[in-house]
Formats: sequence, C-alpha cells, structure tokens
Amino acid sequence: MSSHEQVIFEYSRAGRGASDQWPQASAAAALADLPAQLRRTQPPALPEVGELETVRHFTRLSQLNFSIDTHFYPLGSCTMKYNPKACNQYAMLPEFLARHPLAPESHGQGLLACLYELQEMLREVTGMAGVALAPMAGAQGEFAGVAMIRAYHRARGDTQRNEIIVPEAAHGTNPATATMCGCVVREIPVESSGDVDLEALRGAVGPNTAGIMLTNPSTLGVFERRIVEVARIVHEAGGLLYYDGANLNAILGKVRPGDMGFDVIHMNLHKTFSTPHGGGGPGAGAVGVGARLMPFLPIPVVGREGERYRWLTESDLPQSIGRLSAFMGNAGVLLRAYIYMRLLGREGMRQVAEYATLNANYLLARLRQAGFEAAYPQRRASHEFIVTLKRQARELNVTAMDFAKRLLDYGFHAPTTYFPLLVPECLLIEPTETESRDTLDAFVTAMSQIQQEAEREPGRVTSAPHTMPVRRLDDVRAARQLDLTWKPTAQP
Amino acid sequence: MSNVPADLKYTSSHEWVRALGDGSVEIGITDHAQQALGDLEFVEVPEAGRAVQAGEPCAVVESVKAASDVYAPFAAEVIAGNPRLSAEPETVNAQPYGEGWLMRLRPAAGALAAAGLMSAAQYQQLLETEGG
Amino acid sequence: MAFIPHTEADVAAMLAAIGAARIEDLFDEIPPELRVAALAGMPAALNEMEVGRLMSERARSDGTALCFLGAGAYEHHIPAAVWAIATRGEFYSAYTPYQAEASQGTLQVIYEFQTMIARLTGMEVANASMYDGASASAEAALMAVRANRRSRAARILVPSTLHPHYRRVALATAANQGLRFEELAYCSVEGIVRPASLASYEGHDVTALVIQQPNFFGRLEDVDALTDWAHAHGALVVAVVNPTSLALLKPPGAWGARGADIAVGEGQPLGVPLSSGGPYLGFMATRTEYVRQMPGRIVGRTLDSAGRTGFTLTLQAREQHIRRARATSNICTNQGLLVTAATIYLALMGPQGLERTAAACHARTRELLAALTRVPGVRLAFAGAHFHEAVLQLDRPVAPVLRALARAGILGGLDLSAYYPELGHALLVCATETRTTADIDRYRAALGEALQGARAA
Repeated sequence: MSSHEQVIFEYSRAGRGASDQWPQASAAAALADLPAQLRRTQPPALPEVGELETVRHFTRLSQLNFSIDTHFYPLGSCTMKYNPKACNQYAMLPEFLARHPLAPESHGQGLLACLYELQEMLREVTGMAGVALAPMAGAQGEFAGVAMIRAYHRARGDTQRNEIIVPEAAHGTNPATATMCGCVVREIPVESSGDVDLEALRGAVGPNTAGIMLTNPSTLGVFERRIVEVARIVHEAGGLLYYDGANLNAILGKVRPGDMGFDVIHMNLHKTFSTPHGGGGPGAGAVGVGARLMPFLPIPVVGREGERYRWLTESDLPQSIGRLSAFMGNAGVLLRAYIYMRLLGREGMRQVAEYATLNANYLLARLRQAGFEAAYPQRRASHEFIVTLKRQARELNVTAMDFAKRLLDYGFHAPTTYFPLLVPECLLIEPTETESRDTLDAFVTAMSQIQQEAEREPGRVTSAPHTMPVRRLDDVRAARQLDLTWKPTAQP
Repeated sequence: MSNVPADLKYTSSHEWVRALGDGSVEIGITDHAQQALGDLEFVEVPEAGRAVQAGEPCAVVESVKAASDVYAPFAAEVIAGNPRLSAEPETVNAQPYGEGWLMRLRPAAGALAAAGLMSAAQYQQLLETEGG
Repeated sequence: MAFIPHTEADVAAMLAAIGAARIEDLFDEIPPELRVAALAGMPAALNEMEVGRLMSERARSDGTALCFLGAGAYEHHIPAAVWAIATRGEFYSAYTPYQAEASQGTLQVIYEFQTMIARLTGMEVANASMYDGASASAEAALMAVRANRRSRAARILVPSTLHPHYRRVALATAANQGLRFEELAYCSVEGIVRPASLASYEGHDVTALVIQQPNFFGRLEDVDALTDWAHAHGALVVAVVNPTSLALLKPPGAWGARGADIAVGEGQPLGVPLSSGGPYLGFMATRTEYVRQMPGRIVGRTLDSAGRTGFTLTLQAREQHIRRARATSNICTNQGLLVTAATIYLALMGPQGLERTAAACHARTRELLAALTRVPGVRLAFAGAHFHEAVLQLDRPVAPVLRALARAGILGGLDLSAYYPELGHALLVCATETRTTADIDRYRAALGEALQGARAA
C-alpha cells in the first residue's frame, strides 16, 4: 500500500493543465450574446494539473483500495463475486458507448435485442411473468416494487390497504421504502430458528395489509422453510408478496421466487449478476412481476413485435407507476449483466447457487471446527452465514469490529459487521462461488490467528489495523467537525 | 447499568420528564438511551411556540450509529429547546438528566396526568426485561 | 462457465468437511416441491469468443450516427485517461467504502468530487452523487419539503421548461408522499418563465421553486429575478443545471441576492459516454445548514488514531433514519464508478479546459442555428440567449424529416411534438465541441434535401 496521497488541489499550480485535451479557444465574439448578468465572474476553482500528475494521482489512489480484483471480499449480502473482464469489454464497444439515449429505435435494434433477451432470461430464472429494467439501483427497484403493490390495490378500489409487514431482521431500506410509498410499517418477530413467526404473521394480516417484504434466504442467512404457508396467509388476507432479491445468489437455478408465491421481486444486478460495484455504484435494480402486476411496471420496457424491438412507454402501459429515470436506466450495467448471463447460460446458472452454497457451508464448517460460534448452528448455511463473536466480546473485550479491522492486516476485506441487528457481535459471511478452497482455508487460518491474538495480546486486535494507509478513523469527529470539501488553508 | 433518578418520570421510549413546579416540564433522554446511541454528534430541538401532539416526534438525537426521534409524551406547547445542544451535543451524553435536557414544554390541560408516565421503579423494570 | 475454480478433489474434500454426501444435500431445507427442474428457457452457455462475436455483430448493426441530439445527454470529448483509470480493477471492483481503512482511494476520490461540484455550483457542500439528474431533481424536491420548516403546503412550482422526463420522474417518485407539483407556463415568445407569471402565487404557501438553467429549450432563464421572488415568498430554490455550462454561466450559489438553496443536475457531460442513457450520475449540492437534510452518501475528512488525515463516510445515521413527519428517501447508493470518471475528467480539463469546452459548444450551436435557419422552411422558435441547444420550427411534421436524416446517418435532434404540441412542428437541436464545421454543413445539406419536394404541411 502506498503512503498518504495529497488531495488533488494541493498539486494545483496556476497555468498548469492538460491542454492537449482542450478544444481550441473560441473567439470572444462567439460569447457576446450571453447576457453579462448571467455570466460567471470568476472561473470555477477546479484544480490546474498536468496530465501525468493527474494520472499518477488517481492511479496511486486506486492502490489504496481493496477490491475483488485484489482481495477476498466476503461481505454478506453483497455477493462480491468476480466481475468478468469480458462483460466490461463488450459493454464498452464504441457503438454502444456512443449511442444517444433518444436515438431512434431503428438505430438500436442490436442494443434492444440484448435488453429484451436480458428481460427474458431474468424472467426465466425468477419465474415471473414480466420484467422491467429501468430501476437504477436496488433501492429504486424496491421502491418500484412497493409502488406497484400500492397501485394494484388502488386500482381495485382497496385504498385502505396501506400496511407493509416487515420481519424485524429486515434491512433498513425495506421500512424506508415502505414509508416513501406512503405506507405504514408493521414489524413481526422472527423465531430463534430464523424463520418468520407464523402466529405473529397471522395476527398482523388483515384488511389493511398491502403486502409483506421478505428476503429468502433471509437476512439471517437461512431459508424461510415455510414460505409457501407465508404466501398463503398473506394472499388470503388480500395482500401481495414482495421479494427482496439481495440473496438471490443462494437460489439461482434452484428455486424461483415466482414459484414460491412472490408477486413482485427486485434483483440486484450488481450482486447476483456480477456487474461492477465501482466503489459504490452504479447498480441496477430490475424488477420482475407476476401477471397481476404487469400493467403497473415502470417504463420503459422493451417490447417485441415480430422481428423488431421497441420501447413500451406510457401509451402502452397507461397504468404504469411511471418513469424512474431520465432515460431508460443504466443501459451499460444491463449490458454487462446480459453478457454475464450469456457466459453462464443454462448450465452455469445452476452452478452459481450450488457452489456459492458449497463454499458457504464449507467455510462455516471449518470456522466452527476452529472454535467459532455459528448464530444458527442447527441450520444449513445458504450462500452466507452468521458467526457471532459475543463470547469474545464478553470474555476478552474484543469485538466483531476489532476482528474486522484485524482481518484487513491479514489481507482480507472484513465480512459485513453488525447486520443483521438481531445477532450481537456478528459477522455475516458470504464467500460467493468464484472463490477457491485455498482462499477459504487461508481465511480460516487468519481468523484462528486473530483469535489467538485476542487471547494473548488483545491490544493488537483492538487497535487494528496496523498496515493500512490509515489507522482507525475518528467517526465522531468526522460528524461533529464537518469537513466535506477541501479548503486551501484548512487543517483537519 | 444505567442511572435512573428516583424523582423523575419516564416513558417506554426512554425519555424522562421533570416537573418544574410552575406547571411546565423538562424533558430529555435517559442515561440508558444516551449509552445505547453512543457519542451524539447532532441534536435537533423544537422551536418555541410550536404545538405538539402526544406521540409526535419533536426532536432528533443523532450519533454515528443511529438517528432517533424523541417523542412528545403528551400534547403540549413548546416553551424552549435547549440552545446549548446545537454547539455541544455531547452534553446529552455527559449530563443526560442535567445540562443535557432537550426541551421544556407546557402540557395541555390534563394531558400530563393522562399520559401514563412510569415511575423510576417501573422504568428500571422495563430496562431489565429489555436486557439493558 | 460460472467462473467456478473448484476441482473434483476440492468438492470431495469440502463435502467431507461439511459432512454431506453431495452438493444437492446442502439444499435439503428447501421444500422439494419448490425445486426447479431445469431452466428450459435459458440459452446454453457461450464462451467468451462467442459472446464477443455476438456483441460485436449487434454493435455493428447499430452503427454510429452523427449526433445533433442533446435533451439531457451530451456528447463531449472524453480524454483517454479517464476510463483507462476508472476501469482499473481497484476502482471498478471495489465495494462501497464502508471499511474506511481499506477504501481510502475511493473515499478520497469522492471527497475531491464533492469539492469540485461545490465549487462548480457555487454551493457550500455536495454529496457523493445520486443516480441521475432526474432522480436528483426529485430528491431535491423531497429535500426542500424537509428543509423548509416554515412551509406546510409541500407545494413545488415546476416550470414546464424543466425537462419533461425530469417532471415525470419527480411525479413517480414523490406522488405517494403528498407533494404537490404545480406547473408554471412559459412565455411562448421567449421560451422562458417570465417572473411576472409568478404573480398568481402571491400570498400562497410555496415550498420550493425549481429553475432549470439552461432550460430544456436551451434558453437562459432570468435566474436572479426568479430566485429573489422565491426567497421573498418563503420558498426555497432548487436549481437544475448543466455542469459544462457552469464554466461560463453564473453558478446557482450566485443566483439572486442569496443564491439557490439546492443545486442538482446531470453529471454525464463530465467524462461519461452517452451509453444509451446510463449509467450516469446526478449531483447535488446545498448550503451547510441543510446538509443533514441531503440524501445520499457524504464523505468527510477526519483524523485517524495516529493523527493522520483520512476519509470516511459520515452522517450515515440519516440514511436509514425514517423521519415519519414527511418526505423520506430510501437512497443508499452513489454512482461510484461515474464519480471516479467525472473527477478525473474535471482534473484533466481544469477551469480552462471546461471553459473552452463550454465556449466551443456555444459557438458550434450558434453556427448550427445559422446554417439550419438558412434552409427554407426552418426558423428559430425563440428569440433571446441560448446555451448549446435551441428549438427550431419546421414547416412540416418533424418525424418524417428525422427519419430521412437518420437514413443519411444523422441524428437531427428531438421531435418535441409529443411533449410540447403547442409548439407545432418543433425540433430541439444541439451542437457540442465535438461537431465540426464540416459536420454542420453535412446536416444543413441533408436537411435541405429532406425539405425539398412536396410543399409544407
């Protein structure tokens, strides 16, 4: 890891610049028609740096990161699998990159064919009747899903249905999404086995139930075994089932959400279908629906008439929940997902869940053999599992966060920590199917060594990391003394 | 373990209520609450003159870990929010029952009695069942 | 292939460690009736060579046309270094920077981006980006409702000169939260919102006024008068701006006496290719006093335990905090890869490069308009100053003309008749610094040909 890198503004020198990149200067007269009072008085204070300096700066910054390309990244619920280079290369073919979103369909049949086939493959793999590709992130897909549920009930005159049931282990975006759609959240408990409490569910459904939001396997890393019963209870009460596709990697090619009774699902193409995480985005949150919700899909959707493809918009889907992006969503991300699915094909799709589950169960078994405590020891791991470090926290004063930070020194990105909130001092671990057994063994070895350190020399763990570009950062200071933009003479 | 002063009343959402003797009350969050939240880095208090309903969120306490609403235990008019907290939110952590008070309210007629506030012993009981 | 590295020996050893006989046994908790037999509708796998061939064929069949289309997505020169660096594995395959010590590269890039956006827009703070300009605008409306304490109405005034898709996205996003969007008409002669038309809102509770600059027609609005009116009436100002134009035009922070309150826009012009509409990035900037109302991620600079500078995500408690009062957002992402590209682009272009780009866009558009209005049957719709886009009115329906141009390999612009029928046969055209005099001449000639023959409709 390289040493601390200055902020780019600190390289700035008046008069410097990558002038080969600039267009020729225009005559001053060309701007004469712009009214003076609408003009800037000073140029924007962007950095003035040369091209080599810029390249060096950002290359050095990249070297400060962990990434899938460089490190094992077992973040639960994030599905950090290999991002195939082919997906990037072919999504960035010049014609795809140069195409304007409003270019005519006659000049986009190649792209539209890819997107239509993507819709069809996603339908097949999820068992749904229709798919829309427009939502630009998982959260937007969730929003679309809940909005469609509301629209469905309203269209039938069921305007009182405004309650969304959410298990207490759910990810925070679920209740936030429900609220954003004007709904009220009802939480139900989860049993110690990890399954939803059916009695509580029966008590929670009624004439005000719009639907339930579930992940399966759940956020606890276990399969909701009575999902068919859950679906029956909610449907009988007149509600719909929403599937949060965060954990789709566990069941790809094995079980289909449509077959489990879900009416609407969102998929995270940046998780299950391996599009790049990019340091926080872009994602794509395609949604799939059963027949009941087809009229409400967000536009645009790709349609086919004979051999021609075209966009279906408001006039084709008058009951659509509407447009969620300026154009048609994250086309470049969708192309990458398409390429990935073509590379996997029928055979590869089935292997995803098989090997993701094999890797998770193997890692769980080895960690338990090494003395770590599983949160749900009586259950199979899905594609991920939870280890709890509550004993270490109680007896040694070493927490899950401490383990996570020390893992960085061993060259592993930490698993997800402190989610789900139900399990104290937890690590949610998802190896994914693209990791080798050797990598998993190395991770177990590192965890065992950290455990020994925790017993003999706990300070080493609690003050980790030691080998990163920075030590632990002062979060409280970051929030109390807000420094969100660089200032020339500011000291942190 | 947290501190639960005997002379205050409490709510199940971890607020305390102190009668100020002139019919008005002072409200803050309990020691348990400030411990659970961690170092507060931002507090938002209601403005004077605002009318609040029972159960209405009227203040926010925010730490690195979580942002929590603070609820009016009963219908009231806001007399004042604690002006110190915008610059020094950590006061709530250091003195949750003293200088870290959040707001002073004038309850609507009869609202205080009807609010069903808990005694210190009842609140202590609640903490034990919650495992706090 | 699913990029599975396991050998048979690996699988056997792993199953032994688990204590299972076959991989299928690991799925024994799933009710058998739910198990899918085969994915009959999925095509068979292709290897990389075959996929490459398929994609190349499809790309070739789409081809590339000469682009005079804007309408919210703009073709600009992108220096080669931008994507060479942005697609480095360390940026491309990194996750959200939750473990700050392992993500200082991404975090610092975002901090630099926030700084550049704040400076470009003339505002005090910016976030780590949003999905796109349209969703950023919708989020800005929700944010204005949260931030404007004095207003109870949740009424947002939206000019009909705001991009039609942005208006639709705002409706779709905010419809269920009680926001009321009311459209302001534009002056049919000038193509802008005349401040006088706000008179009907005197004495009414207005939460926010949205102003797009340049507006959808490419016209320049009277941002000072509009901003001052809003502030005088207790409303916040949401500015929707084009980042390239900000090299020349007065930024939102300098509008009116007090400046806009929230500035958003589409960051695609900053080093992001057109790519059929996405992925793009929205940017958002605001006053320091509203930073806690701003959705999305924010990076802050702080110290580590050894006293060294470091970067971390901050103010995160807001993200999942559900404010039950009103106007919630569920956003928890940013467009990391695009932010990286935009930051590198702005560093390479710098103030001079961006100014030259903006000036060239303006000059090329003026040249385009001069050339096209020389063709009989073509006139400029609105008088007054434009920036890099303008509306032309033709003497006949636009759609067949655009088809004829497309056959000649030219994307002539956007047909506005579905969006603004009152403008008649209207066409929105744009020229950026990437169009040459020869390109413009080619368009003029092709348009002349398309308009020959049968007389006007």
